[in-house]
Order: sequence, then structure tokens, then C-alpha cells
Amino acid sequence: MNFLLCKFVEVLNSFNVSEYIALILFSVLPFFIIISFLVVTVIFLVLFERKLLGYFTQRKGPNRVGLWGILQTTADAIKLLCKENIELLSSDKFLFTLSPIVAFTAIIILWCIIPYNSEFNMINSSVGVLIYLVASSFPMLFHFLAGYSSNNKYSIIGSYRALALTVSYSVPVIFTLLSVIYITESMNLNQMVLFQTSRWVVFSNILGFIIFYISSIAKLNRCPFDLSEAESELVCGYHTEYSGMRFAMFFLGEYAELFVMCMLISILFFGGYLPPFGIYLSNIFMGNCPVSHYLLYFEQTFWLILKTLIIIFSIIWIRATLPRFTQKTALELFWKYLTPLSIVNLIIIILVRI
Amino acid sequence: MNIIVSTIDTVLNWGRANSIWPLTFATSCCGIEMMCASASNFDIARFGSEVFRPSPRQADLLICAGTITHKMAPVLLRLYEQMPEPKYVIAMGACTCGGGMFSGKDAYSVVNGIDKIIPVDIYLPMCPPRPEGLFDAILKLQKEINKESILTRKEFLDSHKLSLKEENGILVRKDYDELY
Repeated sequence: MNFLLCKFVEVLNSFNVSEYIALILFSVLPFFIIISFLVVTVIFLVLFERKLLGYFTQRKGPNRVGLWGILQTTADAIKLLCKENIELLSSDKFLFTLSPIVAFTAIIILWCIIPYNSEFNMINSSVGVLIYLVASSFPMLFHFLAGYSSNNKYSIIGSYRALALTVSYSVPVIFTLLSVIYITESMNLNQMVLFQTSRWVVFSNILGFIIFYISSIAKLNRCPFDLSEAESELVCGYHTEYSGMRFAMFFLGEYAELFVMCMLISILFFGGYLPPFGIYLSNIFMGNCPVSHYLLYFEQTFWLILKTLIIIFSIIWIRATLPRFTQKTALELFWKYLTPLSIVNLIIIILVRI
Repeated sequence: MNIIVSTIDTVLNWGRANSIWPLTFATSCCGIEMMCASASNFDIARFGSEVFRPSPRQADLLICAGTITHKMAPVLLRLYEQMPEPKYVIAMGACTCGGGMFSGKDAYSVVNGIDKIIPVDIYLPMCPPRPEGLFDAILKLQKEINKESILTRKEFLDSHKLSLKEENGILVRKDYDELY
């Protein structure tokens, strides 16, 4: 951050802005960038999914609003904002209002942990992975509280299913993370990326990647693990009673979590912001240009987002292909197969390294 | 004043008209045509309406697809009451518009027209209507929504008041308690 900080203060000084204001701005500005980036990404991610699901089932997808339908989800957002907010007499009012807010804001913390390029990393902690694990359990907890507080039988069944799934997927997730931490010898996300300059972790830990990928689909509450909001059995799962903006918070939060989870997968296994073959395009094409130094950062972010989008594409592909697991088979998959496999994987990794 | 109101109206109506999320509610054969409308070849998603919400709390549009019997009528009313404002209703199929082949005194079990229970915005007759017919109904509804204004919203709500309520599993008039 130091290099950018000096440049930032220098540029603002040339406009006669004092150093203290520059320092405050420098620490506040990234959060505004992240939040605006989050909102724009999430809105277009929903459109991306709806378009792709259309193409997978030989349809056109939304194409009436704006050019090729790119404003479809913006219209949805406007409508959800202005919709009536229904509060139930029988609900626990405090928790009912609180849970969508916390479930959404906890995801913003996850977005702040991710290193977008070698300089732009807001919470650069030495235990970044641990912070991620802890903060990513908040949305799940508040999904449960949402189901509990709305006092509806479908909501509470959905919440219990979500809780049972949470317990079962977190064990393989933690064992796989341990194996990755063992390989990269660090818990700092930025150093985990830099470790992969010569070789991506996925080549030395392919089994771990598969386990982590399956568990993260369950963590994201997506098909084929969307037991907690199974439409044909439980009306809508934990957000049955939510309407308008509160529902939108759950809905958009799910997509924000999808994006950040896929960013984490690309950081842990696919070298994060590093280019695929170790060669920066901006060095080749703009090498002599004086701004190539800054272009490098944008290119790193571009690689991270490209890798993330490819993983998101595969997850949407799975959603368009597979039917839903039942509660029993999903729990069996995690407890009988993935948990022992992840432990065996960890032991193999340790033995190979010795 | 008019400039502000008309600007807000334009933005709101644009958002509402272009994202009509229907409720998954199909009582009989018209439901098959409704499913067909969301599948390929027809594709309701082009108009942004493919998000069929299972929960009435998140839906904007009640496509009443199929015959409503007297036993189903309280459920229909409850679903309508559970939907948040602004909400719209399309009566799909001849049975919901006026009884269809069950009309008259011969059929003891069918409600002759759901407009006796809930206010209807668009009538879509035929037995059953083709998916293109449903698209036409949705496009007509979009045109109706674009004519709305926040100034006339209260009059709109007053004219759409329900006249029935549920009492022990059957539908009765709102002033039932005062009458007896």
C-alpha cells in the first residue's frame, strides 16, 4: 500500500489538499470503491445467471429491457426497493428486521479480505483465511435466525436443513484449507497468491480442490444443495415471509457471497491475481509506456475476475444440469465420503512434503 | 411539482412494468400452458417474468391459471391478501373469466369468474389460452402499469378493495358480522 499512498498524497498535494485529509481519504476511499463494485457486480451477476440459464435451456433469456436486456436486473432492483414491506404480527420483530441486514453486511467484510491485486488489499491480516472462515459463517447463522424469527413452519424447516448442512460441509472445508495452508506455508491470502508464481496449488492438490469446490457449492446454498429453500417442498425456505427490500438483501447477498467465494477458490487454487503463464500482457504490449506500472494493477484485477467468472460459469452450469439432493443423500455425501477423503488428502499432502 | 411527480412515475413504472414476477399458482389445465410459456420456444424470460416466486410475499402478479372451485376460493383470497402492494391479477382461461363450460346453475362447485372474489386487471379467455395469449396479457398489463401515477394510487387502492372475507372456511361478505 505504501507506494500507492505516497503517490496519492503527492497527487492531492498538487491540488492544495492537506496531508491529513489525504491520509483519511486514503483509508476511507477503498471501502466506497468496494461497495460500489459489489453492488454493480451483484446486479450484473444476476443478469449473467439468468442469461446463461436461458442459453442452457435453449431460450433467449431477458432481452427486452435495454440493449440485449442488460437493464433487466436494474428494473428488478427498483421494483424490489419500492415494494411493500410486510411485517408479521406473530414474528419476532427485532430479529426479523436485523437478520437480512447482518446477513448482507457480513458479506462486505468478506469482500474486504480479498487481495484484488498486489497493492489493493484492505484487510491484509496474517490470518486472512481464518477471518474468512469466521466471517463467512455469519450469513448462515442469520439465515437460520430469519427462519426462526418469521414464525412460519416452512421457514423453520428450511432453517434446520440449512443448519444440518452447515455442520456437515464445514468439516471438509476446514481440512482442505489446512492442506492448502500446509502447501503454501502461510495463512495470509496475499502470500498464498505469491507462493503460486511458479505453480498453482491446484496441480499439487487436485483432490483438495474438488472437495473444496463441492463444499463451497453447499456453502453458497446453490443447486444441487439448495435444500434449505427447496421450492417444491418448502415454499421458499428461510425467506418465505420476507418481501420487498428485505428479501432483496437475502437475494443479493447470496450472489455477493457467490462472487466472493469463487474469488477465494481462484486465490487458493488458481493463483489469484497472477497471470496464467507468468507473463503480464501490459508488459508485452505497453512495456515502454510510462503508465505500464499502473496498468499492471488493473491487469492483475482483470485476471482475478476472469478466473472468478470461469468458476461462476461452471457453478451455473451445474445448476442448469443437476437435480436437487435430498436431505439424507446430501448429508451422506459429506459425512461418509467427503470428510474422510479430505482427511486422507491432508495426510497424503503432509507425507509427500516430508 | 408535475415535473417531479412525472419523473418519479416514469422510473417507478419502468421498474414495475419490466420486472413482473408471477406467483407459482396453477389450479388446473391452464397451468400446463403457463409452464409451456416459461419453457423454450415461447420463453417468458424475454419479458423479465421468468422468476416464478413460490412465496406470495415476493410475487407481483397472480396468474390465476385454471378453474377455481368453491373450496379453493378462500385459498385464492388468502394468497391475494398475502401479496404485497403493488399487486396485479391476470384471470387466465375461460373458467376464471366467467365460469367457462362450468357457467350457469348446472355446476354446483365452480366459482363463475374470480372477479367475484378478487379484483382482476386483465381477462384472458380461451380454453386454454396459448402461451402467446399469456404474453399478450403480460404486455397489456405492462401498458396498464405504465399509465399509473403515484398521485392516483389512493383512488386505485380504494377501487380495488375486497368485498369478501373468510369465515370458517367459506367466503362471506365483509359486513357479515353486522348483518347477523
